[in-house]
Amino acid sequence: MKEFLTDQLKTQEYFLNMGPQHPATHGVLRLLLKLDGEIVRNVDMDLGYIHRSIEKMCERATYKQIIHLTDRLDYLSAHMNNEAVCLLAEKALNIEVNDRIKIIRTIMDELTRISSHVLWWGVTGMDIGAITTFMYGFRERELINDIFEETCGTRLTMNYNVIGGLRYDIHENFVKRTKDILTHLKKKLPEYDKLLTNNIIFQKRLINIGVISVEDAIAYGLNGPTARGSGVSCDIRKTHPYSAYDMVDFEEAIFTEGDSFARYKVRIKEMWESISIIEQLIDKIPNDEHKVKTKAVIKLPVGDFLQRVEASRGDFGVYVKSNGQKFPERLKFRSPGFANLTALNKMAYGLKIADLVAILSTIDVVVPDIDR
Amino acid sequence: MILNIFTDIHELLLGLMPENIVHITELVLIAVAYLGIFAILGLFLVWLERRIAAFFQFRLGPNRVGPMGLFQTVADALKLVSKELTGTEKADKFLYKIAPYFVITTALMSLSLIPFSYEIHAFDINIGLFFLTSVSSVGVLGIFLAGWASNNKYSLIGGMRTGIQMISYELSVGMAIVTMVVLAGTLQISEIVEIQKDGWLIYQGHIPAIIAFMIFMIAGTAESNRTPFDLVEAESELGAGFHTEYSGMNFAYYFLAEFVNLFLISSVAVILFFGGWLSPFGITDAIPFAGLFWFIIKVLGVIFIFMWFRWTFPRFRIDQLLTLEWKFLLPINMVNIVLMALMVWLGLTL
Repeated sequence: MKEFLTDQLKTQEYFLNMGPQHPATHGVLRLLLKLDGEIVRNVDMDLGYIHRSIEKMCERATYKQIIHLTDRLDYLSAHMNNEAVCLLAEKALNIEVNDRIKIIRTIMDELTRISSHVLWWGVTGMDIGAITTFMYGFRERELINDIFEETCGTRLTMNYNVIGGLRYDIHENFVKRTKDILTHLKKKLPEYDKLLTNNIIFQKRLINIGVISVEDAIAYGLNGPTARGSGVSCDIRKTHPYSAYDMVDFEEAIFTEGDSFARYKVRIKEMWESISIIEQLIDKIPNDEHKVKTKAVIKLPVGDFLQRVEASRGDFGVYVKSNGQKFPERLKFRSPGFANLTALNKMAYGLKIADLVAILSTIDVVVPDIDR
Repeated sequence: MILNIFTDIHELLLGLMPENIVHITELVLIAVAYLGIFAILGLFLVWLERRIAAFFQFRLGPNRVGPMGLFQTVADALKLVSKELTGTEKADKFLYKIAPYFVITTALMSLSLIPFSYEIHAFDINIGLFFLTSVSSVGVLGIFLAGWASNNKYSLIGGMRTGIQMISYELSVGMAIVTMVVLAGTLQISEIVEIQKDGWLIYQGHIPAIIAFMIFMIAGTAESNRTPFDLVEAESELGAGFHTEYSGMNFAYYFLAEFVNLFLISSVAVILFFGGWLSPFGITDAIPFAGLFWFIIKVLGVIFIFMWFRWTFPRFRIDQLLTLEWKFLLPINMVNIVLMALMVWLGLTL
């Protein structure tokens, strides 16, 4: 009888094209799913829909121009990406920047991180089905973007960093507004917990979903909050401090469960850490120049250079091979999202489509960052 | 169920034509009136949903077209009417076209059973509640067919989810209704409302009635495909689910029917638990048509709770949805029916 049933009532695996235009893929990522009913059997990731060959473009751009191109990678951590190129050039040219520059850069880094994480929080809620969170996330993000706008004139692609300092000095309201936003966030982040984190449906959707072990996380080269959810200590701010991160005392957010909820908690905790970092620095901005004098045409010395920063999504690296000209000979960006996405198949195997969406949003992919 | 105005119309028509033709004319008039109610209800509830969503999300919502944006949904409906009806080439044409009518017809048929007040009640039969549940369960077919006939994998997944979800949760809705019928002792809707003159059923039946109410609200949310049970059209997973391939008026049918179903579920909740058109403590019983006011107020209250759910909760996963129904709601429901029966038998009702 059983044989008869399996013979006669055969089920069939089928393919489903998720994307490139799909609400859950956050841009133009195409996932080719092999499904058994609703159960995911395989995920093929197809990239290239937003490939702009930015690295090749950088080989025809001066170092000052490269900064502008890095905005277009992970646009939610534009400031950190800019900073990576600036730090690299400053390291190569032995330019020593003063504490004012370092501290302002760090504060802006952390503000960017918060604004990126509140957006992620809203989008995650929406992917799980709670649409209201999206608006909540954007409310806080708008306030932070207002500070950016006042400081450097742009809200998303900031280009506030230049080699040897900052493009403009901070606005006179900067300190006050930053403090205001911190008090605002301290009131609102507990609200986030009430609305989403402590919701039983939300927890059931994330706990024990998309588990990835420490060994696998290291093997796949995961980084940033995604890896820290599996218990990998990989915060560049701790391991290779840059700018003012050696002046502050903060905790690296690490959870060891390795599931989607751990990754969620890491990001929530990172927001609190960012608030604490900004609080430690905001009153310590010394009076000094906002820019160190540099040559009009910047030429890096012959050699290989690497600079890593902790962007919102993880370890962002810039590698430059210079032959002494004003253009780099070779340039490579190491983007956090690319490595994180590779683990998707491992995480989602055997789970449902709904889980795949949840995993994708806790990995926090930004497609222009993956597909350069 | 006919009072002054209706009697007047009846006599006016009798003066104009023979009796059997009057009968048919009246049926047509009632049908047209209910079509009107259907459209207005749908449009108003869409507007309400958008305003309430905006209220939860500190936005303004539609506020430009007409007073407080009331005509925004009318404008949207006009736009949808004027749009082209597209469809996939390899769709099962017959089923694809017929599917929306299942949803809209059943919603309309169920609507005819709803008493808006003592006077306004089109169709009052002795198996009213049974008829209502049977008819509204046919509506699933419309969604199921849409998922199947569209020839789109997203629609198909949505359709399959509907089949699973609606059939499961219909049990809970049905059994919550049965619990209250045990207490009321009748299936006729007008009688159920009348026996609540001494106290609403949620008060008369106290503990089991409150449990039944909670189960009814949960299962009712699932029946009307709203968050946290909106797996059928889960935007972030399936795009638009079963109605991905529908456009223009065909899509609008689904959209309107969804909101009318919301109204139906809320009305049944009000009839079963909150005394239908009856005013609290009988304060306005003497005034004709006052029941309409109370009924609408109560239904809007229940609808607000449903909308509150929608804009607060995240979505279930399909297996969690089934676990909730078969492992929790259904056993609780069964025990609850026995409890209610015992209470009625022992005379413990208030």
